[in-house]
Amino acid sequence: MNNIGRNYFDINYMDTLSAGDSPLHRLDPRAKLITTLLFIVTVVSFDKYTLSAFLPFFLYPAALITSGKIPARYIINKVLLVCPFAILIGIFNPIIDTQILFHIGNMEVSDGWVSFFSIIIKSLLTVSAALILISLTGFNAVCEALIKLGIPRPFVIQLLFFYRYLFVLTDEAQRMDRARALRSFNTSSMKLYTFSSFIGHLLLRTLDRAERIYLAMCSRGFNGHIHMTKTIKNTWKEFSFVAVWVSLFLLFRLYNIPVLLGDLVTGVVK
Amino acid sequence: MHMADALISPAVGGTMWLATAGLIAHSSKKVTAQGDDRKVPLMGVLGAFIFAVQMINFTIPATGSSGHLGGGMILAILLGPYAAFLVMASVLFVQALFFADGGLLALGCNVVNLGFFPCFIAYPLIYRLIVHDKPKQGRIMLASVIASIIGLQLGAFGVVIETFLSGISSLSFKTFILLMQPIHLAIGIVEGIATAAVVTFVWKARPEVVMPSPSDKILDLRGILLGFAACALIFGTLLSRFSSKDPDGLEWSISKSRLYSNSYQNTSSDRVKAGDE
Repeated sequence: MNNIGRNYFDINYMDTLSAGDSPLHRLDPRAKLITTLLFIVTVVSFDKYTLSAFLPFFLYPAALITSGKIPARYIINKVLLVCPFAILIGIFNPIIDTQILFHIGNMEVSDGWVSFFSIIIKSLLTVSAALILISLTGFNAVCEALIKLGIPRPFVIQLLFFYRYLFVLTDEAQRMDRARALRSFNTSSMKLYTFSSFIGHLLLRTLDRAERIYLAMCSRGFNGHIHMTKTIKNTWKEFSFVAVWVSLFLLFRLYNIPVLLGDLVTGVVK
Repeated sequence: MHMADALISPAVGGTMWLATAGLIAHSSKKVTAQGDDRKVPLMGVLGAFIFAVQMINFTIPATGSSGHLGGGMILAILLGPYAAFLVMASVLFVQALFFADGGLLALGCNVVNLGFFPCFIAYPLIYRLIVHDKPKQGRIMLASVIASIIGLQLGAFGVVIETFLSGISSLSFKTFILLMQPIHLAIGIVEGIATAAVVTFVWKARPEVVMPSPSDKILDLRGILLGFAACALIFGTLLSRFSSKDPDGLEWSISKSRLYSNSYQNTSSDRVKAGDE
């Protein structure tokens, strides 16, 4: 995953997107957060052999991308970058499955592939929903919504800082690793002795960075609280946004729309 | 050792989510009570550090394979149990939501296996016991190795228990435990040595960072365990009562999959057998 760190959510661009202006941008972050979470829960709740029932769920990311004026290619690129992770999990799943099935002994191999694609579609849907939430809202506003919804403040602040420095440090680690590889005939993995001093130095740099950040924050008047600026409001717009989407999710969850449509068409033809 | 959703039942996943929520609330309270502003950016940056470290591999001596650090133990040594748990939970949350690494239903299980055991069991009960209040190089090394091994063993045991209670996998408890514990003993030894090497490296350069802080010593373990039991009890009774009459969508969908229905019969008959003995 050498380049994922640099290419996956480059935070500046996501923040630029979230500063845009559309009815969706103007919605209360809480409404978007709750809808996204319910979307994810609904998608995850399908069993592992589901394929066709996922089709209607693509309506949600598609609708938000078009009405939120987010460049679709940007989100698609980011989601595809995560694909290897899902493939890795999906590839291992059938292996575990056959191991289990060996005891039962009435399952065809093809089911493993169905669950493999099901896992990939699931992760495409959930990750794109999470990325769209950030692009429409901004991570700070999502964190503010989390606090308003009663998530403990230290944990939310931890999420905020972690997100802020995630790629600063992965970049730093990759720079160090590139330097090491160049000096050791491009070996991909290192010996334990090298590893410990490598990680140790990275840790020392990390501690120094934390100290600098702390001093910078103190000189700007930090007192243990982080203040966020977006205004929070709660009107019928927020309510109807949540209500419409949640009822759609329920509809998609309870009825397999593609199959129903197929039945309808074949019924008419007959 | 990230668990996938496929092995977890909603009741077990929900219980672990509840336990995770409780632990996060408890740890947040403790971290706030410590009132150390300096820790705020440190925790965030160390979370990012752990994320970066998990991408860097080292060669395992005498084998062709490579390993990487899990990070829970290093965090506990540097930050103390409560802050370390919050950092580990935040890393796992972001990995599950944005990188699709580890399932969302299994997220609670992963936080417990990879965060709770190293931070709240292995660190206070083993590392602190061996290192005491006067760290020396030998002691730090020994403590990190043993605490890492035990933390990982407990985590692997957690995976086995959660899988068994879920009843989705039809692997028998005994086979699974005989599969998981030895593999994770080997991984734990390697990870422990790597952890010890990194910790002693930092101890030589900046000893004050590795010095255990006295405020972390009093650990409210009884409260945490009671909370855990309460979560399990509430969820277990609620969900089992619910599912026996009218299965919710989640259970309905799982019971529809042949795998579940078959293996469920298997495990329930296993349980009857176990009860007979």
